[in-house]
Amino acid sequence: MDSKVVSMSDAVARYVHDGDTVVIEGFTHLICFAAGHEIIRQGRRNLTLCRLTPDLIYDQMIGAGCARKLVFSWAGNPGAGSLHAFRRAVEGKGDPIEIEEYSHFGMVARFCAGSAKLPFWPMRDYAGTDIPAVNPQIRTVTCPYTGEQLATVPALNPDVTIVHAQRSDSNGNAQIWVMLSVQKEAAFASRHVIVVVEELVDESVIRADPNRTLIPGMIVDAVVVEPWGAHPSYAQGFYDRDNDFYVAWESISRDPAKLRGYLDEFVCGVADRQSYLAKQPGLMERLGADERVCAGVNYGY
Amino acid sequence: MTTYSPGEIMASVAARELGDGEVVFVGIGLPNLACNLARATHAPNLVLIYESGAVGALPERLPVSIGDPALVTGSLMVCSMADVFQCILQNGLIEVGFLGGAQVDRWGNINTTVIGSYQRPAVRLPGSGGAAEIAIHAQRTVIISRLNPRAFPEAVDFITSPGHRARGGTRKDLGMPGAGPVKVITDKGILEADPESGELVLTALYPGVEANEVRAGVGWPLRTRSELGCVEPPDARALHLLREVLDPQRLYLKG
Repeated sequence: MDSKVVSMSDAVARYVHDGDTVVIEGFTHLICFAAGHEIIRQGRRNLTLCRLTPDLIYDQMIGAGCARKLVFSWAGNPGAGSLHAFRRAVEGKGDPIEIEEYSHFGMVARFCAGSAKLPFWPMRDYAGTDIPAVNPQIRTVTCPYTGEQLATVPALNPDVTIVHAQRSDSNGNAQIWVMLSVQKEAAFASRHVIVVVEELVDESVIRADPNRTLIPGMIVDAVVVEPWGAHPSYAQGFYDRDNDFYVAWESISRDPAKLRGYLDEFVCGVADRQSYLAKQPGLMERLGADERVCAGVNYGY
Repeated sequence: MTTYSPGEIMASVAARELGDGEVVFVGIGLPNLACNLARATHAPNLVLIYESGAVGALPERLPVSIGDPALVTGSLMVCSMADVFQCILQNGLIEVGFLGGAQVDRWGNINTTVIGSYQRPAVRLPGSGGAAEIAIHAQRTVIISRLNPRAFPEAVDFITSPGHRARGGTRKDLGMPGAGPVKVITDKGILEADPESGELVLTALYPGVEANEVRAGVGWPLRTRSELGCVEPPDARALHLLREVLDPQRLYLKG
């Protein structure tokens, strides 16, 4: 099988275009900051950015001017404060962006519909909330079996989804463990998929433990090997979340000049992820994961 | 006499809401402290579920976020978010959900979306996350929020998570499976939903607090149950666990 391994720069140049609908998923865990930074470096514009939790990565991309629209369900910096670039854009204090807002279940359901190639997904949700009043994409349908009125959300089929995974082979058969977020549904819903991995492994490693494969190589366009590519998010078994940076983001993003300075130094001022890491000595000692290895299972028959 | 902070009594009172063996959808902050306090005291078999997919979590450190890696290590199961919302929450398996927010109104509606108008908000808040569906599906919810009239207006600016009466309709009218917010745990006392109308009424006071202090923190004419209860303060064991074990850095207990 031909290798799909390319550099982050090549993957973004090839699969992320101005005006695209882009998903970088991962709920707290496995958020691919390396890809977001490369998109900023390559100066992409007018993107529709979709994620349940925009997190620091989309705050940075909004601050860098990449986004035309944000589709989301919870826009905060958990336990630490706000996403201030996002807030300035919607509170009329900066370049405005369009927003389209759901709840978490609504976003998950949009990816479920997208991954199943259905036009919408039914759910028992949104009754009594004001969310549908500000988002006309949330509608209702009458169940043909029970007559119950159900909420619906439309399929989300992004142009490209970028998934960070602990490991894959060169064909993109990607294994993820612990928090799975909505990575699988987002990848299957997407026209193109970039898998970014902490570790490239031989196909035999994948075949030895197929239950751990979340995304099959057949839907993957490119594989990027980028250790520590999720920092300051985390990759379980590799490194912990950099909670100190999440806390620090509150004061960086609050001040547009500080935010610009951060982007200049740590995103646009470096060529790639390795240079980003080289600027932060001590990261690996501070955040490297300890060992909690589980025993394997018997696949014999 | 033992002294304690508002955060400490709120976490202790919230812990008492949880019965042993119950399945609880946990949020970050005081709800997380309450759940882990309950698990360490009267409810060792409490099943903690986090929206990030950890089921039966036994966090060894205080989670800073709802997706903290410590929630997974040693848990019973990790599932995708599609499974959390469909197979667990919408399926009706969550017995208790904790909610909080910038505004809570007379009917227990919660706003975590905007202060002011949606199109041009004075303050843009994070939005729903999983709160809207927790408010609809959890068999009952408990709200934790500190009193002040801006946080407890007569009507919220935006209903993110529905309470007992939203835009004129009751939960029954709107077909919501869960019972909604049965209690609001504040820093001065407890409000409960009137079983008939769903209106929040004052039902119990913390030690040394007068009913007027609670009324002063609420933006509507707060009704009071005829026989007000008096809430037991946190005992020494609860305070020890909160201070020394669960939140030694006082991330959520400060103030």
